Amino acid sequence: MKKNLLVIAASLISAAQVLGGSITVKGSDTMVVLAQKWAETYMQKNPGTKIQVTGGGTGTGFAALQNGQTDLATASRPIKAKETENCIKAFGKRPTEFKVALDGITLYVHPANPVTQLTIEELEGIYTGKIKNWKEIGGPDLAITVYSRENSSGTYEFFKEHVLKGKDFAASAQTQQGTAGVVQAVMKDKGGIGYGGVGYATGVNRLKIAKIKGGTYYEPSEEAVLAETYPIWRYLYIYVNPAINSGEISTFLKWVRGEEGQKQVSEASYYPLPATLRSQ
Amino acid sequence: MTESTPEQRGVDRDWSGIRRAANFRPVEWLAEKMIQGVSFTAIAGVFLIFLFVGKEALPVFLGQTDSRLIQPIIPSSEVAKVKPEVLRQYLGLSVRDFAAMDQDTLKELMQVREEGAKDIPEYARSDPDSGVNGSGWRYLIAPHQWSGNEHPEYIWQPVGNIQKFNIIPLFLGSLKTTLIGLFFAVPLALAAALYVSQLAPVRVKEWVKPGIEMLAGIPSVVVGAFALLVLATWLQSIFHYQVRLNAFVAGIALGFAVIPLVFSIAEDALTSVPKSYVQAALAVGASRWQAARDIVLPAAIPGVFAAVVLGFGRAIGETMIVLIVCSAPVMSWNLFDSARSITTTIAAEMGELVPGSPHYRILFMLGTVLFAVTFLTNLIGDVVINRLKRRLEGKR
Repeated sequence: MKKNLLVIAASLISAAQVLGGSITVKGSDTMVVLAQKWAETYMQKNPGTKIQVTGGGTGTGFAALQNGQTDLATASRPIKAKETENCIKAFGKRPTEFKVALDGITLYVHPANPVTQLTIEELEGIYTGKIKNWKEIGGPDLAITVYSRENSSGTYEFFKEHVLKGKDFAASAQTQQGTAGVVQAVMKDKGGIGYGGVGYATGVNRLKIAKIKGGTYYEPSEEAVLAETYPIWRYLYIYVNPAINSGEISTFLKWVRGEEGQKQVSEASYYPLPATLRSQ
Repeated sequence: MTESTPEQRGVDRDWSGIRRAANFRPVEWLAEKMIQGVSFTAIAGVFLIFLFVGKEALPVFLGQTDSRLIQPIIPSSEVAKVKPEVLRQYLGLSVRDFAAMDQDTLKELMQVREEGAKDIPEYARSDPDSGVNGSGWRYLIAPHQWSGNEHPEYIWQPVGNIQKFNIIPLFLGSLKTTLIGLFFAVPLALAAALYVSQLAPVRVKEWVKPGIEMLAGIPSVVVGAFALLVLATWLQSIFHYQVRLNAFVAGIALGFAVIPLVFSIAEDALTSVPKSYVQAALAVGASRWQAARDIVLPAAIPGVFAAVVLGFGRAIGETMIVLIVCSAPVMSWNLFDSARSITTTIAAEMGELVPGSPHYRILFMLGTVLFAVTFLTNLIGDVVINRLKRRLEGKR
């Protein structure tokens, strides 16, 4: 009896595999909108395939990848050694990494704020709480309110490592759940400053950033990010278990990194990969 | 004629002492057993949840977590030379998993460790705190002078190369928002309960009571959003503080969630005081207000106290409102500074964690402690209520 049930279950599973390419995508909250765009467009072109996209956070995505609960894990930061280790323990191999887009971290200020450009060093001062007033960096006599993201955000970690050089955020930095929240808060606060993706900067001013004092200030534009002259940018990734990277999944990944997929990247307000990193 | 013994009398009597009909009713019996089963499942459920949370948190309580940045490394070239037991513990594998793994996979795991250590940026490697285990009890509770700080400080910065897990700012945040919420909600709710149960004309009562109780039906996300967008601006224009989103706003918003609960229970307690008490007081010349304040309120004190205790539990366990309104872990008693509560921390940080990491375990530890705190308050509340009841009934 038990054996029969098992046989039935096994045949059902294999039938499902034959019938439907169904792909699950889970991970980074930053990339949910982008992943949904990919999924929608891809499903329109390939009606036989079903793609399910959920967020939850980069770490959640890796945990799901390791348990086999998702096929693809989206990530706004590279995988950590500890997570690679967990994957090896779970399925014996390192997950395969694909760079799928570029993102420039943008600094937002209130539209009435006369300050238009800052150096990385000044940003570090502001976010660690050393610089407390806009007049210290050439602005009006106004206290700075610092807006940051929750520490579960990949953007938070990136900012801490690359702008603050690992130092702590000022304890008074107000954390917001999402980039939209940061933009909302800065829009209502004359002394406010916040950071996030380039696509969200509506109703606020974007700052030009220079790597060092006396260096050239750059807008977070596509050219500046691709040329790596804008100092704070990062890759966005998709990870997959190499054992299942075949058939529908592999086709989808290739499509994402090809011309069609990269067009969706621009539409979601991130920057597409340079030609050298695209799939052929 | 001899008296029958209790045993003899108890044969066909149940706990209520009422003589049952002689014929056996299977449907009733089944229903009774099912209800019994459900109630035991509920108790078992609570117990299992606590067990699960406690199990995940246990290594923190035992001081077995290690969040040091620089960990000892065994080079992967020595995979064949190291004793199996040492290697198993180094890689954190269970005995069964270790036995199932071949040499290549083990080597791969060791390589990942090496690469991870190599990826640590230089500024972090040379930091004097790179060898500090921030998840030890000493660092969880006592302030520590981290490199770059001028004095010892309480810092919650759990993400980054050098992780700082001081839980005191979180407890302070929970306490601050909860107390503000209770100070705001309890007097209002009790006054409303006293008014509705004792003084209000019936027609007013019919409107006010459901009105307040309907507040309980508003989802806390909505209360939080209201506080974020509207309440914060109003309160800032009244009190003129600098930080727009702070513990005070969160506390007041929490109050809105607590009011209907405290009101409802307190009102029940006040209404259940026998009418004859009030009639007696009125008969000897007391005004309605005097009767309510001096007779009914003292008589209903156990129930009112229970309402406040439950309100405290609701406020300290509430997540969404505080999460939306404020979440910076500031170590300050100032009501107009931001705060970060324990529940906010758990909700906001859990999603991004590597299961089994020190940060993950510390969040579970916070959950366990929160559970213990609410359990203890409820227990103490229960004891006090019983004492008060006995005193009121003259059984001291």
